[in-house]
Amino acid sequence: MSEPARRPPARAALSSGSDRVFQILILGLASVIVLVFVLSVYQLGREAWPALRTFGWHFFTGRTWNPVGGTFGAASMIAGTLVTSLAALVISVPLAVASALFVAEYAPKWLANPVGYLIELLAAVPSVVYGLWALFVIAPVLGRWQTAYFLDPTNLPTITRCNNLWAEGQTSLQCFFVPTGAGGRGLALAVIILTVMILPYTASVARDVIRLVPQDQREAMYALGATKWEVISRAVLPYARAGILGGVILALGRALGETLAVAMVIGDSQEMIRSLWGNASTLASVIANQFGDAQEALHRSSVVALGLSLFVLSVAVNFAARWIIARLTPKGIQ
Amino acid sequence: MMRAAAVPSTRPRARLSPARRLKNLLMGALILLATLLVVAPLILIFVYLLREGLGALNLDFFTRTPAPEGEAGGGLLNAITGSLEMLAMASVIGVLVGVAGGIFLAEYPRHPLMPTVRMLSDVLAGIPAIVMGLVAYGLIVLKFGFSGLAGALALGFLMIPIVVRTTEEVLKLVPLSVREAGLSLGLPRWVVILRIVLPAAAGGIVTGVMLALARVAGEAAPLLFTAFGNSGVNFDPTKPMSALPLEIYRGATSAYDENQRLAKAGALLLITLIFVTSLLARRVSRRK
Repeated sequence: MSEPARRPPARAALSSGSDRVFQILILGLASVIVLVFVLSVYQLGREAWPALRTFGWHFFTGRTWNPVGGTFGAASMIAGTLVTSLAALVISVPLAVASALFVAEYAPKWLANPVGYLIELLAAVPSVVYGLWALFVIAPVLGRWQTAYFLDPTNLPTITRCNNLWAEGQTSLQCFFVPTGAGGRGLALAVIILTVMILPYTASVARDVIRLVPQDQREAMYALGATKWEVISRAVLPYARAGILGGVILALGRALGETLAVAMVIGDSQEMIRSLWGNASTLASVIANQFGDAQEALHRSSVVALGLSLFVLSVAVNFAARWIIARLTPKGIQ
Repeated sequence: MMRAAAVPSTRPRARLSPARRLKNLLMGALILLATLLVVAPLILIFVYLLREGLGALNLDFFTRTPAPEGEAGGGLLNAITGSLEMLAMASVIGVLVGVAGGIFLAEYPRHPLMPTVRMLSDVLAGIPAIVMGLVAYGLIVLKFGFSGLAGALALGFLMIPIVVRTTEEVLKLVPLSVREAGLSLGLPRWVVILRIVLPAAAGGIVTGVMLALARVAGEAAPLLFTAFGNSGVNFDPTKPMSALPLEIYRGATSAYDENQRLAKAGALLLITLIFVTSLLARRVSRRK
């Protein structure tokens, strides 16, 4: 073997034809992804157009959603979507981060894996099953509490005052927490069920970034005599902050689009929210409840316009999450 | 993880002030409590469905269609067959496009279209399922009416991003040297990808497909106005079709005890299947 064999790259040249066919095939199938996106935008845009043209910006600011009168303003559903999603986020974040800390920092390995797995299963429970459970198990409990509130004579002045305020079309912060109906359905139940549903998304992202915090961050603090909590609060969490925030915003995206569980429990009222215990609706819940029955063209178009709003909102939130994870994560965590 | 074990036991514990020690203990207890709170709903839901639904999971449940509103008896055969049919059809779209998308992202990273495909598959992952239902409605139902095919299309679209993501990730785990070995033998690139790289990543791809199936098997929202539901067993994909999540939704919001009972049994069956699928998916990926 004194001389290296010099072969011309004949085989490569021979195979280039079939390679090209394969690449075109793969590219063609992968382009379906682009096609699905383009078709979605086109479909939603085309069908939402009549409503958007008729009402203009008023579609988003108008408070009246009246299929009979032919007036469609989505302000109460936008408010419902934002209030339920943000409230669920505020409650779920501390719980999710705590459970992530338990799995990544506290639990021994034999316990960490099963607990982490249970949290992942929480994300696998279908929306309708959450809805069913909320309707049959939690709603009656809340309903009993509401009934007890109304039966308690000491609450009568508050109830009267708030009813008067609401009758005049006014709201106040204190009245926001006064129950309005009975039976447990409403905004509060939607918040509770959304909280449970988005927990696993934040928790699993938080767990992953916490596990990626370099070990010497922790050891340096321990060497200074810090307690476990001090290590977590000053060396682990600040380091994992950006990743956790990204997970929180991904969970927000889920909350905004969550449909059937919310549609089943929120009470489906298109009036502006005035109480945490009142009936309300979200963009997604109105699509689920009304699209099938929307006979009239403008009603149908308005419901699709809600879908388009939800589409734009979800895409924006997802981009924000990705941007935060990409930009703010310290090097070495990606 | 037992990180504390790495700390030398000669740590000057005595110098810890009671306040700091108390705070440490308190936060540890809170974290344990929060974890219990997070896991509790899962256990509560499963126990509730076992208690309420197990009795209804009899032979009738699997072999009969729902009785007329309010009457006793019947089962969810229509929903079980409908779910299986739609998932099978959705898999054709989801697996074909998803795996091809994953191959494209992992094996042709310098293609000018690659960043667009990557970005849009991420965007698709974040689109709410009900919006996909609206899209499938506009594409198929407006022209051809409610059908199992329209429902399957919506579910297939929802599967794509999950399969793309996992396929891309596992393909990237296959060492470059494996590809180089194949190419140096003179094999064309497509043979290397199909015969060497894909089999090496098969476990991970199967995991992704199973996770995607588990995810869309529970979706009812996009089926409300595409597959629409059907009280009878239907094998014609151009006609309305039922699905387990649809029947759970109808039953749970029904006023009749009998429908509620079927819904609970259906929910128990559905989450059991989903949990088993996720467990198996985990097994498959761990074996690789």
